[in-house]
Amino acid sequence: MIWNEAKECMSRDELAVLQGARLHKQVDRIYHNVEFYRKKMQAAGVEPGDIQTVEDVTKLPFTTYADLRDNYPYGLLAVPRSEIVRVHASSGTTGKPKVLCYTRRDVEIWSECVTRAMAMAGITRDDIIQVGYGYGLFTGGLGAHYGAENLGAMVIPMSTGNTKKLIDMMIDCEVTAIACTPSYLLHVAEALEEQNLVGKIKLKYAVCGAEPWTDAMRDQIEKRLGIKAYDIYGLTEILGPGVACDCSAHKGLHIYEDHFLPEIIDPDSLEQKEHGELGELCITTLTKEGMPLLRYRTRDLTSLEYDKCECGRTMARIQRFRGRSDDMLVIRGVNVFPSQVEHALLTVAGTTPNYFITVDRVNNNDTFDVAIEVEERFFSDEVKKLEKLRAEVEDAIHQTVGIKAKVKLVEPNALPHSEGKTKHVEDRRKLTE
Amino acid sequence: MIIKQLSIFLENRPGTLDAALGILKEAEVNICALSLADTSEFGLLRVIVDKPDEAKQALRSAGYTSSINEVLSVELKQEVGYLSSIIKKISTAGINVEYMYASSSSVSDASMIIKTDDSAKAEQALS
Repeated sequence: MIWNEAKECMSRDELAVLQGARLHKQVDRIYHNVEFYRKKMQAAGVEPGDIQTVEDVTKLPFTTYADLRDNYPYGLLAVPRSEIVRVHASSGTTGKPKVLCYTRRDVEIWSECVTRAMAMAGITRDDIIQVGYGYGLFTGGLGAHYGAENLGAMVIPMSTGNTKKLIDMMIDCEVTAIACTPSYLLHVAEALEEQNLVGKIKLKYAVCGAEPWTDAMRDQIEKRLGIKAYDIYGLTEILGPGVACDCSAHKGLHIYEDHFLPEIIDPDSLEQKEHGELGELCITTLTKEGMPLLRYRTRDLTSLEYDKCECGRTMARIQRFRGRSDDMLVIRGVNVFPSQVEHALLTVAGTTPNYFITVDRVNNNDTFDVAIEVEERFFSDEVKKLEKLRAEVEDAIHQTVGIKAKVKLVEPNALPHSEGKTKHVEDRRKLTE
Repeated sequence: MIIKQLSIFLENRPGTLDAALGILKEAEVNICALSLADTSEFGLLRVIVDKPDEAKQALRSAGYTSSINEVLSVELKQEVGYLSSIIKKISTAGINVEYMYASSSSVSDASMIIKTDDSAKAEQALS
């Protein structure tokens, strides 16, 4: 089902006119309300009047997550604080999170986008949907919740952490749809299989996101549970989940271009790429009021296809993600930067020893191992002191990153020491192949 | 008597102890007493050696993390209850024993190497 046919299927020409008008209005508002952007535009010699069509977007400055960090928490607000009704946050590269503020209208647009995604997956007001994302600062829970309510479905706000209860309610309440991370859904599938309960569920659809996944994982989810699974994409900086979602054609994720203007750029030269070329996805929010962003660099590497989809939608499709143009990892749906681990080590040990992060997927669960070389500075002849150090590092990583790591103490020189840039991470999950 | 003990960090897997002892042998260091503490992932090799500083230097050159710290060496008599009486003196003084292990030499019967939270106070308690 197409939730908003007028928008999702509008001709590319009409869309370009709409985007141009919204971009002009947005830039004019940002220029007058956000000092950070006014200065950047002045430095680049650009005025709001120079931005009339969608092609003019290339004249605008980029925004990076460093800009969000530097303007923490309210520096990029484009409305008075009293207009903000909601705050979400995602982890930053070091201690401070990235804080994002939403007006009432922003929450409405976000809900509409998630509703479009759920409708795209075939979910209707007759469905009963379990939201298995965390509720809180993370956008997953409340984002999916509002979208499902806006659709008119019955929403069960499970949140995370209690698979037994989720399964009980899934069966007892005759749940027909679920929103959660794909790895968690595989974990649920495993639990259902172990208890011989797959035949008891009424589940038909899953809308999965918050972490990269593969077609092989989709096949597994669909076969093992007998359902249809769809990929939803988003990022807190832009809105949360619901920036894009894939349709039954599974030929990429339709990005809601009436609200988000996507570009693919070369991460080094920052030049815009041709349609279909691989590069970094960059998004300008066209309608966001609270904290609008110009040309936000997502660091996700992909390409865009613009031909009309067999589902009837005209909105561009984000192709398979090919990795990141930075060193961010997505572990159990949480963004993790190696620099956060470094920061945690620094707070505990007073220094950053050589460390190595290994990420893998075992039985559909992400593993997050951190090995630390034991240096003389914090070595002890007592086991309890070394165990205490290990536990403190685990706590510090949990505090900084938001998820638990398994910390292991290793001998010096056990980890790779290379000339120049030391390699600190190995991701064995092969999610981009 | 307060003496120097050398502690070496080892990973808990085959070959690590062998390699570390090999380095001490190369440096012509003699081991008088040894204790190996283990956890599931790492081990702590504690030794009393004739040349602790040279041993530490050799280990450092080979890339090992080690440290020298003070422990108490107490000569034992082959008498029933002797060790018990020593530990009683330490505990009466409110001192905590972190770990201990036995050492034997041809000179005396045997010694006990004791690591407490306060070596000087423990030595005083025993004098």
